[in-house]
Order: sequence, then structure tokens, then C-alpha cells
Amino acid sequence: MITQNEISREEQQEFSSSSENTGETTKQYLTFFLDGEEYGVDILGVQEIRGWEKTTILPNSPNHIKGVINLRGTIVPITDLRERFCLESKEYGPLTVVIVLNICDSSSNKKVVGIVVDAVSDVYDISSTKIKSSPEIEQQVSGEFIEGLFNVDEKMLILLDINRLLVSEAQYSEVAQ
Amino acid sequence: MAVDISQFHEMFFEESFEGLEVMENGLLNLPPGSSDIELINDIFRAAHSIKGGAGTFGFNEVSEFTHDLETLMDLMREGKYSVTSEAVELMLQAVDCLRHMLTELKDKRPIDYSNASEISKHFKLILEKPESTAPEPEQVSATNDTECKSWRIGFKPNPEMLQTGNEPYRIIRELGELGCLVVHVLLDDLPSYDLIDPCECYLAWQLDLSGEAVSRDAIDEIFEWVIDDAEIGVEELSGAKISISQEAPAQHSDDSKESNNPLPEPTAVSGEVLPTSAVAINSEASIPRSLETTKPKAEPARGGDSKSIRVNIEKVDALINMVGEMVITQSMLCQLSKEYNEESHNELVSGLAQLEANTRELQESVMSLRMMPISFAFNRFPRLVRDLNRQLEKDVELVLHGEQTELDKTVMEKLGDPLTHLVRNAMDHGMETPQERLEQGKPEKGKIELKAFYEGGAVVIQICDDGKGLDDKKIQAKAISNSLIQEGEVLSREEIQDLILRPGFSTADEVSDLSGRGVGLDVVKQNIRALNGSLDVQSKENSGTTFTIRLPLTLAIVDGQLIRVEDSVYILPLTAISESLQLEEKNINTVAGGVDLYRIRDENIPVVHLNALFGHDKAEGSEYAKMLVVVESNERKIGLVVDELLDQQQVVIKSLEANYQGVEGLSGATILGDGTVALICDIHDIFTMSAGQYQLSFDKIFQSGHNYAA
Repeated sequence: MITQNEISREEQQEFSSSSENTGETTKQYLTFFLDGEEYGVDILGVQEIRGWEKTTILPNSPNHIKGVINLRGTIVPITDLRERFCLESKEYGPLTVVIVLNICDSSSNKKVVGIVVDAVSDVYDISSTKIKSSPEIEQQVSGEFIEGLFNVDEKMLILLDINRLLVSEAQYSEVAQ
Repeated sequence: MAVDISQFHEMFFEESFEGLEVMENGLLNLPPGSSDIELINDIFRAAHSIKGGAGTFGFNEVSEFTHDLETLMDLMREGKYSVTSEAVELMLQAVDCLRHMLTELKDKRPIDYSNASEISKHFKLILEKPESTAPEPEQVSATNDTECKSWRIGFKPNPEMLQTGNEPYRIIRELGELGCLVVHVLLDDLPSYDLIDPCECYLAWQLDLSGEAVSRDAIDEIFEWVIDDAEIGVEELSGAKISISQEAPAQHSDDSKESNNPLPEPTAVSGEVLPTSAVAINSEASIPRSLETTKPKAEPARGGDSKSIRVNIEKVDALINMVGEMVITQSMLCQLSKEYNEESHNELVSGLAQLEANTRELQESVMSLRMMPISFAFNRFPRLVRDLNRQLEKDVELVLHGEQTELDKTVMEKLGDPLTHLVRNAMDHGMETPQERLEQGKPEKGKIELKAFYEGGAVVIQICDDGKGLDDKKIQAKAISNSLIQEGEVLSREEIQDLILRPGFSTADEVSDLSGRGVGLDVVKQNIRALNGSLDVQSKENSGTTFTIRLPLTLAIVDGQLIRVEDSVYILPLTAISESLQLEEKNINTVAGGVDLYRIRDENIPVVHLNALFGHDKAEGSEYAKMLVVVESNERKIGLVVDELLDQQQVVIKSLEANYQGVEGLSGATILGDGTVALICDIHDIFTMSAGQYQLSFDKIFQSGHNYAA
């Protein structure tokens, strides 16, 4: 688990590294596990990382919306990323983690949302030139959210575009209805 | 002293816009040939204060433009020019033009004066026509503001002036901002060096000021602070154009330096003194020159986006009283806590109760500060209807009811556009032309009513017209062609009419050949929904259409009844609840079609199971060991089946849209005392949902139930 302090320190590093401006930008990605795979999100969009807590269920909402929580006075919706990606759902345990993200929706309103993931893993520096675009995955629900792929040693990271991830929420629920 | 007057701009704009409104309303109520002196005076005063304000703040274009308007009003006031519809029309145009100018000025955008000069020309024409009767009395003061003028100012401060905190340097600098300024220093009174008191001022100046728009007033204003501490003479240099090159001030200062030698020193003075004083003078005298270069950039770019509201002084007084009471209660509690023992427990409880009452009162009155009468939103419509009448060749009268109904300011601001849209729609599509009306056997003059009133915890605004109403068949055909509904689907009249509020119902082009309305009505509905309100439409063929907007009284706080449904806590607005009772199975009757009716006294009201409506899992156990909460909306009642009634409390509404999206059946969420989130029910939505539950789509309930099986 990474604490808030570490994140903000790393944010500073990331600013200094991108300011060199050598044509390629290096971004930091926070990675997490979901059904055995490692996914990454841009760390600048991460507000905080919390344990799972009971939510208030929203009536007639899609399956993957787990409800809303009170985050210091703000009502924040929680999405289960496993269910969002149509993966097999898993019982929430003490390791289950909610990553609170700051995103922009299509009309560029700032929103705060939480995603439920299995566990948080690591932080990687990733240069934009080394991100490989993902092969066409048309049939997959998750395909449209993938920003690219990145290989570290033996592993492959799936980098997600968090804005797209939740922007399409509204469309998704319309389809579901 | 340089006072930054831009801080008053905001107030000027606000007052001017109010003034424009007064003028507009006055003009609309001014029939041709009228000699209603009161009304004309009102309009004149409003125009006059806009002109004055604009002049003060240096918006000369505005004050000039207003001047013509004012002159005409003045003639009307004196009965020298009779009120004609032509003049009224022109003045209304002028009001629009002024509003445009002021808006542009407020947003610090450049103004396009072509329209203004066009209107000015018309004014001049009107003013010139009755030549004999129009002496244009105010023309003199107006020319003052504009022509290129030269002034010679003698300025001799009293020796003590510096001690009063006034600085001649600043005065000269300000004069320099008005136009081209040439400064001569007069050293007649400068004593010998050993007699100089550093706290006194020995210098005098002769200032030649020339430039456009330099008025006597502007000069006087600069000297206003020192008028008692100095000898000041201002004289106009008629005709003499002073055009002195940039070097002039420096030259003059050289002159004065030389001339200074023999003058102030009759006794012998050592050589070292002289250069010092000369340097001092020199620097003083060269001030205007250095200023000339720095001046243009000095304009501060202050953002004028601060918002303000005008509050009735009584409300503020009440607020202060309440705060006073609260302080007393607080000190009483403080006292109590110091010498607390078991005996004083009751006192503590009653003290806390009092504090609670105080808090509530305080909160209510603070909320009431935000409330404004709805006339602020309604006022624009007489003009709109008047213009549209002309444009569309219709004859429609606008009637306003309940203008004093108060509404939250934020809500009001966002209500303007949807209301305009609806009124425009009613004029454009709803109303027939006078001929058509006569053929239909209706009175020639059409009528649109705007009503506002309270109903429960909501403000209701209705826009009623007596036009031709909605054409159900065409709407249905349209909806089928837009694949909003299936062909052969049987819909009730209300459902058909609701179709026009659906997104995708229409685009402007397609609708103009449809007799009904529907130009972007879904947008109106969305706007109103964003305010937690609702929009409904009722229509009768040939007798008109009524749009009903329902808005919460305030956006922020509701009195809520907490209820439990399965293991979730929901909040019902207390104002919607008419009664709550223990559910008794024998009173439930099931009607064909699956509708449960509950008999209360002589009424049979439909029963809605909230757990089914909100897609909760059914818990085991008897369904009928429950409570029935009867809620009311739109003069209809339904009974909500809930598991338990919990507390009543005030809750602060937080929007679900902020981070998520709107949820049907909910108006928002709140945070309870224990930190958990509870959802606030939207009664009106629940009515719609339950109607759908019975009549239209069971599959939705089925599906959502399925969702929550997980």
C-alpha cells in the first residue's frame, strides 16, 4: 500500500521529469491487480486509496455500481471494476481496495469516483514512447478503456484511461436499461 | 488622493440594470397620448441616474446616449412633446441598446456603437421636429463633457497642507491623467534655506491643462480634498489651443530654476543651498512628463464577477435579533456547564432545546436572505409578449399572478431561460392569430397567464395559454416516426403529451409544420430537473395548454422523515407526507391489473411498494407488518409501503449528479449523523415511476430486481 505522502512526493518527481521536455514525456502509473492481471492508471488522477467500506446502494443502478459513500462530505459513487469489466466478482475482503480518482466527464466537469480493485501493486515510471497500443479488442467490454500496454520484465501492464472508463458510464447504463 | 473607483463599478452596473428595468416597465405601461406624470417621472429619473452614474465613472458614451433619451423624457414631462407610440418604440430600442452597452462595458469588451448612433440619430430627428417647443435645455451641460478644452489652474497650497496628509504631487499626477498638462512652478514664497520648515509647503503651481472631455467637474473633483487647504483658481482658456511638445515641462522647469535665483533670496545665501533647492524643484516640475508615459497602463484589470443580492433591511434586523438570542442561550449554557450538577440536568435539556430552536430560526432566516420575489423572473415577459405580438401578428395579453412568491435566487437565475422558452413557445405555437381565434368562436384577444404559488414545500409556476392545445394525433405520429414509441402502442392522453418533453422528440425544423410544440422542450425539462424540479404538460384541444413547473423552495435543506426499506435508509420530504399509519392487511384490495388499493376512511389510494420500486431484495417475513406513508403530489395521493419510520430531521441535500448522475426516484443524497449516506426520495418522480410500474413496463422492475440479486 502506498500512503498519501509517497504519492505526493512521487508527483513532484513526475513534474520534474516531465519538465525536461525531451520530446517524450514520462508519466507515473499506479498499478493494481484485478483478477490476476495488473492494470495501471495515471497517478495524477489518483486522489487517495482507501479500504472497502459499506456503501449506500443506489436504487435501480447497474450491477457494477456498488453505491455511494461519504468521503468527507462528498457523495462519491463506487464502481466495481471487476463487474465493470465483466469479470467474475469476488467477495470483498480486508485487502479489497478502493482507489479514489479525479476524472473529467465529457463536458469536462470534474468528478470524484471510486473504483474497487483486488489490491494495489506498484508505481512505475513509463515513457510515452514505450507504451504500445493495444491490439483491436472489439468484442471486449474493457477494450475501449485501454490506453495502451506496457511491458515490464516478464509482466505486461494494461494502462487504463480513467476518463474514458467512467465517462461512458452514462451510455453504459442507458444500454443496460 | 487616488481612490480606486472601479470597486464601485459593480454597484453602478447593478443599479443601472435595475434602472433599465424600471424604464422598460414604465415604457410598456405608457399608452400613446398618456400624460401620466408619475410614470414619466419614474422613467425620467431612472434615465437620469444612469446618465449621472455613467458620467461619474467615465462611461461617456453611455451618458451621452442616455442624454438624448432623457431630453425627450424631459419634454414629455413638461408636456411639450406628447407620448407617441413611435417615441415609445424608439425609447424601448434605446433601453435595449443601453443594456447591451452596459453589458459589454461590464464584461470589459469593446462596444459596437453603430446601433447606438443610429438610435441617437432618430432621437435627434424627433427632438428637432417640434423645433419651437423643444429648446433642448440640457444641451449645454452635455457639450461640457465632450469638447476639447483648455484650462488654466492656479494652485497655491497653504503652508500646512502637507500636514493634513495631502500631497500636491498626487493632485498634479491626477490632473496629468485627464489630458495634456503643463506645469509651471511658482517659487515666490520659497524662503531661504535656513528658514525652510520641511513640514510646510512653499511652492505654488500654475497648471495648463488641455484635452478632450476635460470638464470643470473633473478638475473640481481632483481638488475636492484640498479645497479648504489651498487657493485654487480655475479659468477656461477659450479658443487658445495649447499644444506644447513633450519637452515643454522640462524647459519650464529650467526657466523657473533660473528665475528662482534672484527672487526668493534677498539676503545672501551660500552657493551650496541653491543647487539643492533647484534639484528639488526640478524633480517636482518634471513629474508630469514622466507620468505621461506611465499613465496609460495604470488601468487596473479588476474582475467584476462578484455577485451581490439586495436584502430587505427587516430581514437583516431579524437576523441580528436572532443572533442576539443565540448568544444569550449560548452564555446560559456556558454558565450551566460551569456549575453543573444532577439537579440542573433539566435546565440543560431545556437550554439545549432552546439552542436548537434558535439554530433553526437562524437557519431559516439566513435562507430567506436568498429568497427573492419571482417578479424578478417575470418582469421580462410583458416586453417579450409585446414584441412577439408585433412580430407574429398576434394579439395576446399577458396576465401575471403571484409575483410576490419568493424563490431562491440561484433557482431564479436558472429559471429565466426555461421560462422564456416556454412563453415564446406558447406565443409561437400555442396561440392562434386573431382571425383564427374568431373563427373558433374564441375571444379575439388571446391570453397567457403566468402563475406562481406555493404548494407544500414547493413553488409551482404555471404557464397557461388559451390557444389551440396539443394535437395528440400528430404528436403520436411524430413519436412513431422518431421511433420513440412503437406503432400500435396504446397511450393515454397524458402519456402522449409527455412525449413532447422527451429528448429526441423533435428538431426545430420538423416541428414548425407540426401544430404542437416541442422545440427543445427536453432541454427545458433538463434545466428544470437540474434544479431538482419537474415539468409537466396538460393540454386540452382548442382550449389551451398548461405547463407546470414545480421547484423546491430552497436548494439546500429539507425537513425529512427517515424511513427504512429493507436495510436501506431513505428520506422522504416531510412536506409531502400527509399521514402515516400502520398497514392493515384487511384494508388492501387488489384490483385487476395488479394495482393494490388501500382504503383509508372513504378513500382508496394506490399502494406502492418502495422495495420493489427501488429494486431491493425482498426480505423474509410478513409483508404486512409494515407502515404505510401517504404522500401527496399534484393533488394525488399514493401510499408508500415502508418497513419502519425512523427519526425526523433536517437534512442538507447533496447532489448525486456532482459525481455520478441523476437517479430516477431520488432528488439527492445526504449524510446522516453517523456518517453514512442516505438517499432523498423525489416524491414526484415516485409518482411517475409507480404509474409506469402499473401501466407500462414491468420489465424494468424485473430487470432491476435481477440486478440486485447479485
